[in-house]
Amino acid sequence: MFYRLSGVRHNSYVSDRKIFQVPADRNAVVFLLLLGIAAPLIIPSLYLNSYILPWLIWTAAVLGLNLVTGWAGQLHLGYAAVMAVGAYSAVHAAKFGIPWEFALIIGGLSSALIGSLFAFTALRVKGLYLALTTLAMQFVMDWVLTHSPAITGGSHASLQAPPLALLGQEITSDAGLYYVAFGWCVLVTIFMLNLKRTGLGRALVAVREKDFAAAILGVNSFYYKLVAFAASSFIAGVTGALLVATFYFLAAPEQFAVHVSIQLLAMVIIGGLGSIIGSYMGAALILLMPGVVNSLFSALAGFVGLELSLETLAHIPNAAYGALIIIFLMVEPLGLGKLYANIRDYLMIWPFDQLKK
Amino acid sequence: MDWILISELTVNGALTGLLYSLVAIGLVLIYKSSAVPNLAQGALTMTGAYVVLAFSDNLGWPLWVAIPLAIVIMFFLGMGIERVALRRLAGRPIVMILMMTMGIDIFLRGTTLAIWGGSSRGIELGVSYDPLFVGDMLLSRIHIVGAGVAIALFVAFLLFFRSRLGIRLRAISDDYLASWSVGISVERGVGLSWGLASIVAVATGVIWGEVQGVDQTLASLLLKGLTVAVLGGLDSIIGALIAGIILGVLESVGAFYLDELVGGGSRDLIVAAVLILTVMIRPHGLFGRHDIERV
Repeated sequence: MFYRLSGVRHNSYVSDRKIFQVPADRNAVVFLLLLGIAAPLIIPSLYLNSYILPWLIWTAAVLGLNLVTGWAGQLHLGYAAVMAVGAYSAVHAAKFGIPWEFALIIGGLSSALIGSLFAFTALRVKGLYLALTTLAMQFVMDWVLTHSPAITGGSHASLQAPPLALLGQEITSDAGLYYVAFGWCVLVTIFMLNLKRTGLGRALVAVREKDFAAAILGVNSFYYKLVAFAASSFIAGVTGALLVATFYFLAAPEQFAVHVSIQLLAMVIIGGLGSIIGSYMGAALILLMPGVVNSLFSALAGFVGLELSLETLAHIPNAAYGALIIIFLMVEPLGLGKLYANIRDYLMIWPFDQLKK
Repeated sequence: MDWILISELTVNGALTGLLYSLVAIGLVLIYKSSAVPNLAQGALTMTGAYVVLAFSDNLGWPLWVAIPLAIVIMFFLGMGIERVALRRLAGRPIVMILMMTMGIDIFLRGTTLAIWGGSSRGIELGVSYDPLFVGDMLLSRIHIVGAGVAIALFVAFLLFFRSRLGIRLRAISDDYLASWSVGISVERGVGLSWGLASIVAVATGVIWGEVQGVDQTLASLLLKGLTVAVLGGLDSIIGALIAGIILGVLESVGAFYLDELVGGGSRDLIVAAVLILTVMIRPHGLFGRHDIERV
């Protein structure tokens, strides 16, 4: 009723390969795109640059991590380290006088190079052991960053990013920074949307399901693992650089520490493995949750008349964040993306339930 | 070369390593029975120490009451975690199980700190801080006590795995489908292993709480415990003990020489390097079982 068709029936390969199988989905995406373009006119710039902009950038990172974890099935607990490589090399390149367009690409490429090192572990091991190795690599990267003043910028361990300039235009306005983040997020989303209908995407899924079986079918599983790691690291590098250039304005090692990697993986899991709309929702939930929980608890404590210490209030968001991960994995392990898909599938054939496959 | 210094570093490293083994034994117990890598073992350790302090420090009860009470509470907490969170994830992809234990880790850390606060407190075991002189070497008494506890726990588990219940757990770790078919309750066995790991966490928390104070840094013992467990083989308790000694010695002697070169803090680097090299060269560890995968 809402979708004006009951289920999806293909009559040709062309229709099977469409990105949007249902016109209503395409219209919704166009509407959201227009909303995104008009956002600086609708949303006050305070909210735009402190909520929407980081959300879009983190979403781009989550999509990149989803490429390697959700599509290729390779566990990655060192994604923040890869982002750090991109961020630092891009900022250093920009400080050196290279235009930001090329600096971003340099950041992406150096990330892809370092990130591919992770793939060589993936050749040897998988599953738990791959997760542990990437975690160890994250710790090595943390150590390198905190122990090399040449990279991280001296005793204060923070590196000022030069003002962002693209195509000769210096971008300083709030709306301008927002459009840069928005543009990158849309670009990554388009890439991910198209991935599933290419040979590369199908090969990645085959590797995820069972890499031995994929190898027997003639899919070179190591090559595709390498491609997955390199591509997702490239996305990570550019995203890390943009995060520093448009949001933090200065790079510090703790912005890319191990808890950030875990947070990114939590966004992927809560959003749903391999789900694009889920990546948006997962990032939004994890980013918004601490503020909401904190105000909820202080309001609740004020209501009951309980005096909560500052320290307690500081740790409650962490507990709630852990509880959120636990509850999601217990109730819906496939995440918000699956919840959305369930509702969509239900509405698609409603009220003709007997057509359900 | 200063042989006395080297031997002192070696012995102290081995003793510290045995303290890491305590964390690793908890990890191995759970991995052995259910193939779940428990990334919450560090947080469990921290919770155990805080529960002991809740009785001994906040309520003022003597330690010999507080520790057994904490052991009972943590045993049921461990069983509860398995029952509520992990059981329904059985058979799910490893990424979800890993994420679940990470979620439990974050939750436990947040909750304990929200309840009891983050300022560091010590557990007074009554072990003197005066160093012990063996020949020309200076040894820390609490490390010797801790190493003793690690070895005692190892012997206790060695005996336990020969008992009727222990044989059941071994059967589960060997082949849980076969155990099911001969009437062993796999769920109860896995729950029991979580309870035992939580008891180990209390012991670890008390010893480390005496060594470095009880605060949230206890949870970061996880990385060292994991490295020891992987190096020894994730399903081998003797492996955890021996790998602990190896890692402790490597860390202590290696850090002594590397710190001059890189300017301090090379301990974590050595641990991470050992973890990466173990996984790259011998993923199943020194004493672990090598699993063969079938398509």
